[in-house]
Amino acid sequence: MREIEVSTITETVKKLCIDANYYLGDDVVKTLKEFEKNEESPTGKEVIGKILENIEIGKNDKVPLCQDTGYAVFFIELGQEVHIKGGDFAEAINEGVRQGYKEGYLRKSVVADPLKRNNTGDNTPAVIHTDIVPGDKLKIAFAPKGGGSENMSEVQMMAPAAGIEGVKKFVIERVRKSGANPCPPVIVGVGIGGTFDKCAEIAKRSLLRPLGSKNPDTVYADLEEELLEKINKLGIGPQGFGGRTTALAVHIEVHPCHIASFPVAVNMQCHVARHKEVII
Amino acid sequence: MSNIKKITTPLTNETIEELKIGDSVFITGIIYTGRDSAHKRLIEALDKDGELPVDLKDQIIYYAGPAPAKPGNPIGSIGPTTSYRMDPFAPRLIEYGLKGMIGKGNRSQEVIEAQKKFKAVYFGAIGGAAALMAKSVKKAEFVAYEDLGPEAIRRLEVVDFPVVVVNDAFGGDLYKIGMEKYKKI
Repeated sequence: MREIEVSTITETVKKLCIDANYYLGDDVVKTLKEFEKNEESPTGKEVIGKILENIEIGKNDKVPLCQDTGYAVFFIELGQEVHIKGGDFAEAINEGVRQGYKEGYLRKSVVADPLKRNNTGDNTPAVIHTDIVPGDKLKIAFAPKGGGSENMSEVQMMAPAAGIEGVKKFVIERVRKSGANPCPPVIVGVGIGGTFDKCAEIAKRSLLRPLGSKNPDTVYADLEEELLEKINKLGIGPQGFGGRTTALAVHIEVHPCHIASFPVAVNMQCHVARHKEVII
Repeated sequence: MSNIKKITTPLTNETIEELKIGDSVFITGIIYTGRDSAHKRLIEALDKDGELPVDLKDQIIYYAGPAPAKPGNPIGSIGPTTSYRMDPFAPRLIEYGLKGMIGKGNRSQEVIEAQKKFKAVYFGAIGGAAALMAKSVKKAEFVAYEDLGPEAIRRLEVVDFPVVVVNDAFGGDLYKIGMEKYKKI
């Protein structure tokens, strides 16, 4: 039995909120530089150059990379030997968001009611996914999600007969009709299987993988590669101005599903692919 | 990119007619921020009083909701938000006299037609390069709807604010042309 104080959780979450918004992962920077080298469109190359310049400014000036500092999303693995002490677990996370978004000069982008649209003022409540796992660790992954890319996401409940060709058609068309809206170059998170909600969740989880990492099953790894190639033939390019860099990667996650169902989800991610994790 | 065209505000029809899709432009002068909720209120004001709380004739609106400014900085990170959400409101404002819009993402046919009819330009700013965009903003102040926080109308003084012409006043569309040029079936 291991005890973790809620104050430790709040402090950890506060730091995650700020770090994720100022400092982009090395894997994303490396991938952007590779695509910049190979981009055929002069405008496209210049746009990627400005994106890389922006990443340096965020790091050096300690300011948010994007003004949309995102809806706070957490993926938590709580070891079953852990005892949370001193307060409410979810409230500790929300307090960390509140403090992080205040002290980090991050934007408060959450409305309390979807029809009334009144801002909550502190970027809470967070969306918190918690898995209880063996062990005595607490792993907190923070992935703030911007509205622009999120709005280009979609779930489709296909007939099983649609098969792999159905997946390809859906994913490529989803990127094509998104155009410049999700701030290409994008990262395409794909979920296949699960229930309606699980499918969307695994599509989002796929975005937390190191950029360009492959699905361990060769069928899906090949599909990731094929989709990336076909998406980059669409011609949308950086910011939709035309070019060969429309997507930086496609990540696919799969889950068992009902014998009658074939859900497929795309969770679109922009190039400001922010996620940081800590193990307490 | 081709040579950079430098323009100042307020915009004249003459300036607008010289801008073509794909042009890199540096804007120096005043631009006004406004997005979803502010646009809703602006149209309500037009309907009710025929007037706006801010004189937008010959001006440029930047679809943006900035992050809070750190002490000592005039503005926080301020990249564009997605423009299609403002499509229901834009034609009325263009008819009223708005001459420029800055955002990202494609516009509706109604907006493009209004741009042709009344002479207005739609510029694209680089989404996600928000810290870089903030460097061009020298001064910022609330001018309307301060209660909307990030969605308020702010008056920004900008120098060499970098944008690209996406829809000119002649019906041209950079997103269509760009994609055609680089797509491989």
